[in-house]
Amino acid sequence: MEYKMKLTDEQKSILDGSRGETMAKVMKTVVMFGDIFGAEKLVPVTHKDGHLVTSFGIALMKPLFSTMDKLIDAGITTQGKFTVDPRPLDYANVKCNLLEKIAFHIMYKKQSDYEAQLLKVGLRDSDSFTCTCYLDEVGNIPNKGDVLSWAESSAVVYANSVLGARCNRNSGMLDLFGSIVGYVPYFGLVTDEGRKAKWRVVVKTTKKPEAQVLGSAIGMKVMEDVPYVTGLDKFLGTELTDDVKAYLKDFGAATASNGAVGLYHIDKLTPEAVEQGESLILPDAQEYVIDDEELERVYKSYPVMWKDPSAKAGLCFIGCPHLSYKQLCDWTDAIDDALGAAGRKKVAVRTIMTTSPQVKKKFAETGYYSRLMRAGVKLTSICPLMYTNNPMTKGRAIVTNSNKLRTYSVARYYKDAEILDILAGREVK
Amino acid sequence: MMKEFKGRVLAGGEWKGEAVVSHQGVNTLATFQKSALKNAKRVIVSDQNNADIFGLDITGKALCLPITIGSTTGGLVIQTVCAMKIAPAAFLFSEHIDSLAASGIVLARVWENSDVIAIDMLGDEFLQTVKTGDTVTVKADGTVIVE
Repeated sequence: MEYKMKLTDEQKSILDGSRGETMAKVMKTVVMFGDIFGAEKLVPVTHKDGHLVTSFGIALMKPLFSTMDKLIDAGITTQGKFTVDPRPLDYANVKCNLLEKIAFHIMYKKQSDYEAQLLKVGLRDSDSFTCTCYLDEVGNIPNKGDVLSWAESSAVVYANSVLGARCNRNSGMLDLFGSIVGYVPYFGLVTDEGRKAKWRVVVKTTKKPEAQVLGSAIGMKVMEDVPYVTGLDKFLGTELTDDVKAYLKDFGAATASNGAVGLYHIDKLTPEAVEQGESLILPDAQEYVIDDEELERVYKSYPVMWKDPSAKAGLCFIGCPHLSYKQLCDWTDAIDDALGAAGRKKVAVRTIMTTSPQVKKKFAETGYYSRLMRAGVKLTSICPLMYTNNPMTKGRAIVTNSNKLRTYSVARYYKDAEILDILAGREVK
Repeated sequence: MMKEFKGRVLAGGEWKGEAVVSHQGVNTLATFQKSALKNAKRVIVSDQNNADIFGLDITGKALCLPITIGSTTGGLVIQTVCAMKIAPAAFLFSEHIDSLAASGIVLARVWENSDVIAIDMLGDEFLQTVKTGDTVTVKADGTVIVE
C-alpha cells in the first residue's frame, strides 16, 4: 500500500505481512487512518490496557463479529488487557416486560458469543464492563502523559483532561487495533499543539453550575475544539478530590456527547492547566461567557421527546456515566432526606442507578446499600443507552440527570434537585 | 448551471448520481440504526433530529454533509452498512473529515473491500450550492460537479 507517514522498519514489516495477513490489515487500517489526519508517524501506546466502546452483541454489527473471528483465527491478542463499555442487559435489576424482552433478545442475540470473542482477544475479565474504567475500584488508570488507544467518548475526555493522558476520539475497532499493534497515529490530542485551547470559557455563575448543563453548554458551543475554562475553581477548589473528579466525569461526558470535546482544561485544577496555566490558550482563541442566564437558556432548549410530553415520569435512570462510590453514597443520603421530608418510604418512580461491577461490589458491603434498597432503588451495571435503544422502551416516560442519555435517547433531562423532587413524588414543571 | 468543486480524495472512484444534503453534522448511529436493525434493503434516515435528511432514502446516493457526529460506534456503523451494501455510494464532506467517519471509510475499504467513495474539504460553498435531488458527478481526482 502507499502511505505518507514515516514508519519504522518493524512497522513496515508488519504492513508487509511479516506477522500474517490479518495483522497486516490491522496495521494498514491504523496507517490509513493516520494518513487522513496528516500524522507524520506512529507513536507507541504507553498505557497498554485498552478500553473499547463496543460492548454489545448487537446483531446488525456483523463485520464486528467476523473481524473478531479473523483476529482469533490468526491468534492475535491485544498487548495489554482491556476493559470495555457496560453490558446492555440485566433482567434481575432492570425488569422488562415480555415485548421488551423479545426485542432485546433479537437485538442482542450475539451478546454471549461476542463476550467470548472479547475474552479471547484480551478482555481483562468478565467483570470489566463499565464506561468508568479509570476509577480506582476498576483500576484501568493511565498516568499523566501516557498515550492510549481507547474509545468511549466519556472515558477519553476524562483520561485526557483529568489524568493528563493522551488519546484521540477513536471509533470502535480503531481502539482495538491500536491496542493490538501497540501504536497510534501521532496527531490531534496526542500532540502538544493539539492540546492547546481554541476557546476561553469564562464561568460567571452565582452558584456552582450543574455539571451536566455546564458541560452541555460548552460542548454545543465549542464542538470538537479544546476549551480552557476559568472561574470554576471558585466552586470546585484547586484539588482533584473524589467530589471534584465525579463532577468532572459528568461534566466531561456532557461536553463529549452534546458536542465532540475530547479534552478540556480547568484553570488551576486539571494537570496541564495547573502546570501551564493560560499559556495553553491559543492567541486567537474565541471567548464564551457562561452566566446564570446562559445556563438556563441551554437547559430550557432541550426538547421533550416523549410521546406524551405531559406524561408523568415512569422510569428514572441515574448514572450515565456510571456513578462513583462517593456519588452512590451521596445519592443515598439525598434520597433518604427527600423521602423523609415528603413522608415517603419508597421512591415514587421506578429508579435505576448504574455503576461499575467493582463499585457495586464495594458499595453492597456498606450500610448505604441496604438503605438504598429499602428506598426501592435498583442498582445495576448496564448501560442505560443500550436499554433505551430498544424501540419497545420508547413509550416509557424516562427521566434522567444524564445529558448524554438525553442526547442519545428520548429520555428527559432534569437537574439533580428536580430528580429528587420527582423521586419524592413532588410535581416538577 | 453546473458548478465544480475540488476536494481531497480519501477513497476514490468515478460516480454519477443523486445528492442528499445535510447542512448539519450527520449523527451516524441515529441515521442508520433503524434500517440496519431491520436488515432493510435500503437506508431510510431515522435521525429525527436532522430535519434535512430525516425519512430520505440515502442508499446508493451521494451523502453531502459537513462532518459526522455522535457515538464513537460511528465508524463501525459505516463499516456495517457498507458490508450490507446499503450505504451511500459516496460521502462528500465540506469540512475535514472527522475521526469517526474516517475510521468507517478505512474499515470499509480494508475489511469489506467496499468501493465506497469519500471526498472531504469540498468547502462551505459546496454545501451552500448542492441541493437534495441534484445530480452530482464525482471524478477520481476529487472533482465534484453539481448540476
